[in-house]
Amino acid sequence: MTQSAATTAPAAPLIKPKTSKDDRIMAGFILVISLYLLVTLAFPLYAMLSKSFSTYAFDLTNFEFQVNTGDGWSEPFSAAAQNEKIQKFKPEDLVTSSDGRLAPTDLFPDFSFRSPTLYKLRQVRGDTSFLFKTDRIDDTDWHEYNSNDFRRIVIRASADTGLDNFRTYFSTPALFRSIENSLFIAFLSTIITVSLAFGFAYAINRSTMRFKGLFRLIAMIPILVPSLLPGIALVYLFGNQGMIKGLLFGESIYGPIGIVIGSVFFTFPHALIIITTALAISDGRLYEAATALRTSRWRTFWTVTIPGARYGLISAAFVVFNLVITDFGLPKVIGGQYNMLAVDIYKQVIGQQNFEMGAVVSVVLLIPALLAFSIDRYVQKKQVAQLSARSVPFSPKPHKQFDRICLGYCTLVAIFIVGLIAVCQYAALIKFWPYNLSLSLVNYNFKVMDGGGWDSYINSIQLGLYTALAGTIVVFVGAYMVEKTNGFFATRSSFQFLAMMPMAIPGMVLGLAYIFFFNNPDNPLNGIYGTLAIMVICTVTHFYTVSHLTAVTALKQMDREFESVAASLKQPFHKVLSKVTVPVCLPSILDISIYLFVNAMTTVSAVIFLYSPDTTLASVAVLNMDDAGDVAPAAAMGMMIFYTNVGARLIHQFVSRNLVRRTQAWRGT
Amino acid sequence: MADQLTHKSGSNAYLQIDRLTKKFGNFVALDSVSLEVYEGEFVCFLGPSGCGKTTLLRAIAGLDIQTSGTVRQADVDISALPPYERDFGIVFQSYALFPNLTAERNIAFGLENQGLEKSAIGKRVTELLELVGLPDQGPKYPAQLSGGQQQRIALARALATSPGLLLLDEPLSALDAKVRGHLRQEMKALQRRLGVTTVMVTHDQEEALTMADRIVVMNHGVIEQVGTPTEIYREPDTLFVADFIGAMNQVSGRTNDENSITIGELNFKSRAHGLASESEIVAAIRPEDIVPQGTEDFSNDTSNVENSLEMEVESMEFLGSFWRVSLNNSALGGASLIADMSINAARRHEIDAGSTIRVKLPSERLWVFPSAAGIKAD
Repeated sequence: MTQSAATTAPAAPLIKPKTSKDDRIMAGFILVISLYLLVTLAFPLYAMLSKSFSTYAFDLTNFEFQVNTGDGWSEPFSAAAQNEKIQKFKPEDLVTSSDGRLAPTDLFPDFSFRSPTLYKLRQVRGDTSFLFKTDRIDDTDWHEYNSNDFRRIVIRASADTGLDNFRTYFSTPALFRSIENSLFIAFLSTIITVSLAFGFAYAINRSTMRFKGLFRLIAMIPILVPSLLPGIALVYLFGNQGMIKGLLFGESIYGPIGIVIGSVFFTFPHALIIITTALAISDGRLYEAATALRTSRWRTFWTVTIPGARYGLISAAFVVFNLVITDFGLPKVIGGQYNMLAVDIYKQVIGQQNFEMGAVVSVVLLIPALLAFSIDRYVQKKQVAQLSARSVPFSPKPHKQFDRICLGYCTLVAIFIVGLIAVCQYAALIKFWPYNLSLSLVNYNFKVMDGGGWDSYINSIQLGLYTALAGTIVVFVGAYMVEKTNGFFATRSSFQFLAMMPMAIPGMVLGLAYIFFFNNPDNPLNGIYGTLAIMVICTVTHFYTVSHLTAVTALKQMDREFESVAASLKQPFHKVLSKVTVPVCLPSILDISIYLFVNAMTTVSAVIFLYSPDTTLASVAVLNMDDAGDVAPAAAMGMMIFYTNVGARLIHQFVSRNLVRRTQAWRGT
Repeated sequence: MADQLTHKSGSNAYLQIDRLTKKFGNFVALDSVSLEVYEGEFVCFLGPSGCGKTTLLRAIAGLDIQTSGTVRQADVDISALPPYERDFGIVFQSYALFPNLTAERNIAFGLENQGLEKSAIGKRVTELLELVGLPDQGPKYPAQLSGGQQQRIALARALATSPGLLLLDEPLSALDAKVRGHLRQEMKALQRRLGVTTVMVTHDQEEALTMADRIVVMNHGVIEQVGTPTEIYREPDTLFVADFIGAMNQVSGRTNDENSITIGELNFKSRAHGLASESEIVAAIRPEDIVPQGTEDFSNDTSNVENSLEMEVESMEFLGSFWRVSLNNSALGGASLIADMSINAARRHEIDAGSTIRVKLPSERLWVFPSAAGIKAD
């Protein structure tokens, strides 16, 4: 019957599925959220990239003069010819930035604004311009000026695209040496952090020592403070008037030593989380087999433990590398004269107002960051396959000597972490180190300091709350779209790609990209420049990846058929979303919001270019006060961030515990 | 397949599937499949994984709409409609129960926003809980229920809106064997009682044979055979069906004339096969159709000599209610046969490993399939 029907009847009609209301709403969602990531990530990065290739130079061949000293007009001569004649500007002097100005009077050594000489000026082609007072002139007519007016003329640079900025970069040793410095610091910090974190994770996972919970808690402290805070502590410990300066045997803490120690401090928890996970998923059966085969502890370590954790170790290494090489606050505080890439961006943009060069350094910094990120993604994909459903968790047996060693080691690491924080708190409470050691709260009187005072603290909390709120919504909707919609395959995979990108984009680079994109007068979104909103957007985008992955993981645990069931029951998708998906994912949603809050409180790099006098932030205030020499108030503000984050975490824990009790009754039973 | 058209004469074709094709890129998951399902009927899609049975179910539901071909339900063309606008209830293998809603609220999910009074919803939920035999499990969360109970709640939820069509996607495969056997009967009884047209996807032939009114055997995106369980088992249309359902001896051979074949050096009468002589074929016979013969069988009936041969008993396997016997005869070209023999028969014919016995391969049970039609399924 099947065959006869197929051969005699005409071809079966092609079916074009009818779209339902749900489909249309989903499509709307996808459009909005994709647009969001395009505007907040792709376009700014593109703007930055094109900025790094845009060059500005004075095109002297395009300007022609005629001079009349009283005996008639001279023959027209070009500015280039004149420059050649008097040997005024070297070619590199003519390379400038977008705001470059050149006064034509410089080409006339005997110019005097009192002389009766008349000048004529014209442009050969209409692709350059000059300014007379505030009028911009870009035609090709002759313009006549007396000498008093002629001095009010400036020639504008003309734009071009090319590799000139990069050529300049690589021919300036002071700049390109930072590449070597950054790589060196990142490598060294990575090796030290990963080794320390592995030891710590190993002790927690494989020993039966006491205080494991306490150690875990302490190890997470650095996440709650800005990365530059350990720098301040190190200044107090080993700085020029440091408490235990002698321990450095004359070496200076300002430079590589300080950066590496501080980097180890602030990257430690990140490495620890990854390595702990890697060790925790190891299969206990392998250890039983090793014991049954009478393998020595040492051999078991190298043949079972290390191979089992290798993806975790590699992943941790790249994450730490990325964090260190893109960090800006720490080297700014304690780097001294030791230049690093992230600091160079700051110096170029804030110090020299050379935005093009800032973009170039950003591109240079993007390369190792992107590389480290891609390798990490590749490695993490491999790790997933390692864990089988039949694995048995490893449970350590007591071993007195080993446990004692572990306890000792973890105590040392804990002292390092708590010590640095304690030093900061001590510094904040001392009146005037090292001359007046009496305790006071005078350093908390931020009003009298550079940095924005208590307002910046309030701004930071606002930023944190808005970021947590808006970010969680955007991230969850985006993840929902990636996970739960059908069709739109190309859109969804490009969205997924965009969502992974922020992890690889250093905060400085993102911030700079935002300047280029949002500060462009032609951008209809120009209005948000200088507001809290742009900082919220930038922070959300900067911390998008981890939040997105958390949300996707939570959504992946939902049955794929919930939406199908709802459709069969004639219920719209948003009913499943609000009644089932969101309530079930609530713990993850709360995790995302606290993650965003804490990071919004501590980040410096993402917002350093974006704050305005009205929107100064606590983390930026730490940097600026330190910069201005108010180190103790900087420490005080840093500790305020710390306590706020501790408080936020406690509230988060309290809220989620209560919410979980109410909405997650179905779990656990 | 005249039997299919006359089946349940008087019932209308409730679901009409016409030349349905579904492509995923270059892969053809369904290749011009046509089928009719009658009102009140219980139909099973049976086949190995990847045969297209779930794809077909999802096309009927509108969850993955076909590339071409039409689906008509109750004389309405629903080919392009989204699931939201179709009339069906569905139970998935995972049940997809909402974990944060109680059993009651799961069942009530489809009854809400339908203009029903709250009390009416409550009444309907109670009714459904009773229908699936879980009257007092309503306030529990899915995680507090056993697998079988979860399955029944999912069924109640699918039936809540009284859909015209019930779709079951491997609804029993997540359960252990004992619960499965029990639920099979229960679901079938429930389906009979409600008279709801039901399509179930399964890869478990036992499930299909025991539950279905008709079975649709699928392979590689096409329908191999449609028929009642007995038809599918006793009269397989293709080698694939013969092999996939139940156990089947398969031996290569050649055709002689329209109802005789040669296996090895021996000639056999077989069912009419309609193949040209000297075609390569696969002869097939079910283990239980091989009949052991004693000397007395030849005394008064000469027809028993036909298709009868002596075979050596290689080994015997005791399977409780019967013996599974491996038989060998070098004249069969090295092929050995498996025969299932009752304990009585084994005793009567003194069958023992190493002994030689005479067996008959009844010609009407000896199937012949062209050998190109596919070797073994999985």
